[in-house]
Amino acid sequence: MGEVLWLTIKLAGVTTLVLLALATPLAWWLARSKAWWKEVIGALVALPIVLPPTVLGFYLLIALGPHSPLMAPFQAFGVRTLAFTFEGLVIGSVIYSLPFAVQPIRNAFQAIGDRPLEVAATLRASPMDAFLTVALPLARPGFLVAAILTFAHTIGEFGVVLMLGGGIPGKTEVLSIEIYKLVESLEWDKAHQLSALLLAFAFTVMLSLLLIERRTGRLRP
Amino acid sequence: MTASGRIEAAFKGRLGDFQLDVAFDIPASGVTVLFGPSGCGKTTVLRCVAGLERLSGRLLVDGETWQDARTFVAPHRRPVGYVFQEASLLAHLSVRRNLLFGFRRTHGVKPVAIDQVTALLGLEPLMERGVERLSGGERQRVAIGRALLSQPRLLLMDEPLASLDQQRKAEVLPYLERLHGELSIPILYVTHDPVEAAKLGDRIISLRDGRASPAVDIAPDDPQTDDLQRRLLSVGPEALTRELIAAGSSEAVAGLAVAALQAGLAPSPG
Repeated sequence: MGEVLWLTIKLAGVTTLVLLALATPLAWWLARSKAWWKEVIGALVALPIVLPPTVLGFYLLIALGPHSPLMAPFQAFGVRTLAFTFEGLVIGSVIYSLPFAVQPIRNAFQAIGDRPLEVAATLRASPMDAFLTVALPLARPGFLVAAILTFAHTIGEFGVVLMLGGGIPGKTEVLSIEIYKLVESLEWDKAHQLSALLLAFAFTVMLSLLLIERRTGRLRP
Repeated sequence: MTASGRIEAAFKGRLGDFQLDVAFDIPASGVTVLFGPSGCGKTTVLRCVAGLERLSGRLLVDGETWQDARTFVAPHRRPVGYVFQEASLLAHLSVRRNLLFGFRRTHGVKPVAIDQVTALLGLEPLMERGVERLSGGERQRVAIGRALLSQPRLLLMDEPLASLDQQRKAEVLPYLERLHGELSIPILYVTHDPVEAAKLGDRIISLRDGRASPAVDIAPDDPQTDDLQRRLLSVGPEALTRELIAAGSSEAVAGLAVAALQAGLAPSPG
């Protein structure tokens, strides 16, 4: 059970780090661009919210499988498939949680508005300088919310990890799948323990999100 | 070819449904007031000079080309200080770090010193505070100090008093007058208030419907203002301002400004 817990936390942690790095430029572009077609990208990013996880998992299984053209470049390095591997799960989780990272960061960037960036420009800050020293710090609450949501959402996923990972013990078996297996094999006590653990975790997440929101609402000038 | 020591500007273009077509040529010294009713294009002109807005045209400052058909110097490469209508302090930084934001990003000789600015604007007691704990007048003084410390060769001020109430205005105005006296940085000052214009300005450009009337020097001892002063007191400043703005010439507005000052009027509430 320790192994399952560790694997789950590792998956959620790695996914969160990858997503923050990926979502930041994407959210910045979505918040600042004036291109009319940006909402097409916005819709693609948001798609995992409404797409059944099994559908996403199914497509990823094909895309990361041994016959996928996407995998062809990696076969030279001895990687045949990413299906049923931890790396594959990270890719799946990143796509599945993408909207939960992009949306809060995008909202935070939009809430900043043009003015602080104009101020920075008139004070000799280059666009990159202004991004790093003005936009990022002002959007900090958005990043915190994005990190918490991504981490929690990854902990809670089931459909994608089952389709793409298959629940291989020690490799791709995470908490939510473990609970499912325990119930199937009628080990109710253990299922109770793990479920209570996730319940407490979920409550802590929601509470901290609301507290962050209250604090940033008060800080806003 | 342009002489150094002058600011030559011409901007033409459309922003939304607003058409701007403005040109002026003024000395790069003293305070030039851009005067006009709201919506006449004053702020847009200032933004064009700072490079925050891009219309077609040209801009030469003290012999340097900031914009022409081929050139557009990015805003962060223009040595301007910009004071916005709302102080627009950076909320994540203390007063000190707001003040130093531009200062740290300028290189070479820094003629404007930190001590000088904090003394000039009375900022010493505020330095370690967070910006959310400042009054409106204090915020605007920090914003002015921040702009000055970025070592500008041209200071742009967009109605820096307009967001303040009467009392705060009276608090900040003396600092602006000292600024004028103590620093030799040319200032473009946007306002719609004739008293502010007369108190701070050396010359005035009247703007109306996106067009500018040529600059006129403000002569505080202008003899013909007696008549204006009488009318000012009979019709009231608001009505007369409207009337003279409608006339649209910089002479008329300059006369009004001086008359308003001589009549002892206070700056009108924003």
